[in-house]
Amino acid sequence: MQLSSSSIGRKILMAVTGQVMILFALVHLIGNTTIFGWLHGGINAYAEHLHALPPLVWAFRLFMLAAVSIHIWFGIQLTIENSGGRPQQYAVKSTQKATFASENMIWSGLLILAFIVYHLLHFTMKLIPGMVLTTDPEGTVNVFTMVVSSFQNVFVCAIYAGGMVALFLHLTHGIQSSSQTLGCSNNRTLPVIIKAGTLVALAFLVGYLTIPLSIFAGFLKG
Amino acid sequence: MILDGKCPTGPIEQTWDKHRFDLKLVNPANKRKYNVIVVGTGLAGGAAAASLGELGYNVQAFCYQDSPRRAHSIAAQGGINAAKNYPNDGDSIYRLFYDTIKGGDFRAREADVWRLAQVSNNIIDQCVAQGVPFARDYAGYLDNRSFGGAQVSRTFYARGQTGQQLLLGAYSALSRQIKAGTVKMYNRREMLDLVVVDGVARGITVRNLVTGELESYAADAVCLCTGGYVNVFYLSTNAMGCSVTANWKAHKKGALFANPCYTQIHPTCIPQAGDYQSKLTLMSESLRNDGRCWAPKKKGDTRPPNQIPEEDRDYYLERKYPSFGNLAPRDIASRAAKEQCDDSRGVGPGGRGVYLDFADSIKRLSEDTIRERYGNLFEMYEKITDENAYKVPMRIYPAPHYSMGGLWVDYNLMSNVPGLFVLGEANFSVHGANRLGASALMQGLADGYFVIPYTIGGYLTTVKPGQVKEDHAEFKKSVEDVNSDVNKLLSINGKRTVTDFTRELGGLMWENCGMARTKESLEKNLKKIPALREEFWKNVKVTGSGADFNQQLENAGRTADFLEFGELMCRDALHRNESCGGHFRSEYQYDDGEAKRDDVNFCYVGAWEFKGVNAEPELHKEPLQFENVHLAVRSYK
Amino acid sequence: MSDHKTMTLTLIVWRQKNASDPGKFETYTAKNITDHHSFLEMLDCVNEDLILEGKEPIVFDHDCREGICGMCSQVINGAPHGGQERTTVCQLHMRKFKDGDTIYIEPWRARAFPIVKDLVVDRTALDTIIQAGGYTSCHTGGVADGNAILIPKPVADEAMDAAECVGCGACVAGCPNGAAMLFTGAKVSQLSLLPQGKGEAAARVKAMTAAMTECGFGNCTNHYECQAACPKGINVKFIARMNRDFLKAQFA
Repeated sequence: MQLSSSSIGRKILMAVTGQVMILFALVHLIGNTTIFGWLHGGINAYAEHLHALPPLVWAFRLFMLAAVSIHIWFGIQLTIENSGGRPQQYAVKSTQKATFASENMIWSGLLILAFIVYHLLHFTMKLIPGMVLTTDPEGTVNVFTMVVSSFQNVFVCAIYAGGMVALFLHLTHGIQSSSQTLGCSNNRTLPVIIKAGTLVALAFLVGYLTIPLSIFAGFLKG
Repeated sequence: MILDGKCPTGPIEQTWDKHRFDLKLVNPANKRKYNVIVVGTGLAGGAAAASLGELGYNVQAFCYQDSPRRAHSIAAQGGINAAKNYPNDGDSIYRLFYDTIKGGDFRAREADVWRLAQVSNNIIDQCVAQGVPFARDYAGYLDNRSFGGAQVSRTFYARGQTGQQLLLGAYSALSRQIKAGTVKMYNRREMLDLVVVDGVARGITVRNLVTGELESYAADAVCLCTGGYVNVFYLSTNAMGCSVTANWKAHKKGALFANPCYTQIHPTCIPQAGDYQSKLTLMSESLRNDGRCWAPKKKGDTRPPNQIPEEDRDYYLERKYPSFGNLAPRDIASRAAKEQCDDSRGVGPGGRGVYLDFADSIKRLSEDTIRERYGNLFEMYEKITDENAYKVPMRIYPAPHYSMGGLWVDYNLMSNVPGLFVLGEANFSVHGANRLGASALMQGLADGYFVIPYTIGGYLTTVKPGQVKEDHAEFKKSVEDVNSDVNKLLSINGKRTVTDFTRELGGLMWENCGMARTKESLEKNLKKIPALREEFWKNVKVTGSGADFNQQLENAGRTADFLEFGELMCRDALHRNESCGGHFRSEYQYDDGEAKRDDVNFCYVGAWEFKGVNAEPELHKEPLQFENVHLAVRSYK
Repeated sequence: MSDHKTMTLTLIVWRQKNASDPGKFETYTAKNITDHHSFLEMLDCVNEDLILEGKEPIVFDHDCREGICGMCSQVINGAPHGGQERTTVCQLHMRKFKDGDTIYIEPWRARAFPIVKDLVVDRTALDTIIQAGGYTSCHTGGVADGNAILIPKPVADEAMDAAECVGCGACVAGCPNGAAMLFTGAKVSQLSLLPQGKGEAAARVKAMTAAMTECGFGNCTNHYECQAACPKGINVKFIARMNRDFLKAQFA
């Protein structure tokens, strides 16, 4: 199959998996905001609904794992190939259009990966010490308490902030890049997509950071 | 010797069809046994190599550039003519034929020109099929524009880059054949000798421009598609690498050089800015539709143009040619500009330029309209001169840009050396003494796509394939000769650079054998050029080695050939005691400055035979007969 | 108009004897340069001086010197063709520089473009990409009338926008990955836009992009440096179009 071996094919796979992850991040963000209590029962109820059907949870997790793996695998592979595209750098570096974000996709990507690992260890496997884990009589963890207690720690907040900045950088380039790779842009739409992509990335940054920051600032208390 | 063009006889409309039928065919199974060499990959060469490869011949193609896509055909701006009559304005094959004969000032063969006009329509179809994005209207039909004084709109175009698009079309067809294995492409090779065995062209010697190695290639036929020679003027609109070398080497091996004095000078080029300048840039002639040419009346007037009042300006074209005014034909406009400058009334650096003023048109039509029509040209002008032509008048000056003369060929495009074919600008055949605008592209592609595929077969049926191989003594001798020239150039180690010589020769040619020539000026050159040549071989400095990428050495070889060729050009101009088309002898003009042709004594093709570097060449004549278009004086009144 | 002030410039030029030589920078002085010198004419002057000193002149590719043949290829202060918008080196003029400037001149640097000598690189890889499918498989002769298939102006114009590519390789030189996506995208788009090229569009895009990778060009990461470097201003929309064609070809 040319998709997994050719230059454009692999880029298309990266674009598609990237957009799947963006979609996931969006749903995840909306879910997280239940911590502010707009859903009846708050984030605890949300967490409970989410885990109501274990086979579905696992199917979804596997799907995401596949997407993430493809994205990372080809990302690293293409980066390594590209690093040899210009064997010797120019004596003077002159950049016209490339941005800090576009030139450092691999690093922002790896930072996000590190963050996801931390995040999973933290809230999914609950292995990071320093948070309050209370369970109700049925053995369900009180997610609200867990989250709030975590983000009262400045270091945890800093890690999350770092992760979100990396995500922001990755998306400012990633959103427009993926639409270009999928052939969804032309000379009229590309500038719009670039701006919209940056706005979406900013929205993710602000949206995700609202939770730890409002907890740290004391607006949300356990 | 009276030359025979071997033109078919009978009614002109049937000549090409009849001739095609009469030509013998090579059996399809035998075609691959024949090797054909194509030198040059411009419109003629690219089209020929692709078409011959597709027919099944074994083609080897050569170019001096790093890719076949870069040949100088790419720089043609205006368009390509064809007798399609799409606009329904009265065009026909016959009219295109007539216009070309007349435009060429009755110095071309009727049968060749008829064929050109006939196949012109096929060319457009061919290019469209290749994906050439010609200009079209909203409904999707091909668009035409008028050009070069023709009374019909028959010019097809692709923005201002028609040559580029046609060349890329030929290049794509060539690429397809390279992929198919029928054409083997050799980039960065310069042909430095034609190998002739027992009077028949059998191959070439080339220099690999990267390694410096001399390589031999044998074939059953050699096609030279190596363009024109106006770089003999040093400053021209040609590319830096354009030279007479391939043609000259063939000439020295026996091929006759026809009408070398017919050169075309384009009136609207950007003037030279300084001595360091390496080339001149052409701007479309269409500018003269809205610009007015003028020069100051006072000699040596150094005031900026905007401060020269109306009464101190000489709108010389409008004054001299009241009916045609600024739209006078190319040769007239060019000569008139030169006259102003020779009279110390030129403007700009060195006084080599006249104004082309758009102020009146801008006042009449608005700056936006002018921008719409010529925006890209004004932009190019500003890039080169740093002047805004919407505010100050453009400066223009004529520049050499096309050579109608070339190696002599018969109706089959074969030179007098059997097996040596010459296509496109490199031959002399269809433009006579002057080429019409948008006809160069037409000729290159006609020769490559629709003439040579037929006529080469007629020749090949007469030879057994592969008779001579690269190990033949003549190939070895050729390599030795070229090698000794190379070594000689490298060993002189004199005090002047190659460019210095090229520039001096160019100056002599421009001054004494340029837009207007006289007996005196030409005789002066016939003394000065041999002396310059002698100095060249004693005092040129070429650094580096022969076994290396050495651009100095390449240029030195080309200049050495120009130093021989320039003399022949002057000799031809001197012998032709008449003015016709691009050849203007000041002694032969009417009172109104019109060229005075002499059909009684000079209605022939003058083809020169090489007799040695310092020996006088021998003139052979091919009389021209006009049975369909009657000899008449061109008039612009 | 002519002015008499001249410039003196310091040139730091990449000199490399041949493909296997490691190469190094050499410093030269360009004297008596005017505003009206083109960049290549400035180099001509430096070369004339070098020759008279008995040194080997700087070797660089050039031919038409009017911005259309695509032969000239120099990276000036890090920018292919010198960074002036829609301009090739041969059309770049010295008025863009100031007296006393130091100018770095380097060859195209990309894996697929090995250096031949000094500033000259081998760009046959671009020819190889075209040979893989950058054509319509029409025969010489026997084709339909030019007006048999109508091509509305907007389509013809867009194909022409793509067809303007001069094949200089600046897009590759400017791309941090040494990718040839703009070059390939332009040709693929030109031919897939036109009805004459549509029939082979799927096979063409597959073959040409495969050739691109085989030749050692990198992968596109959508920095759009190529468009900025392109002397003809070819738009990256043609890369998107090629990507689209490629995707479609997977289902063809």
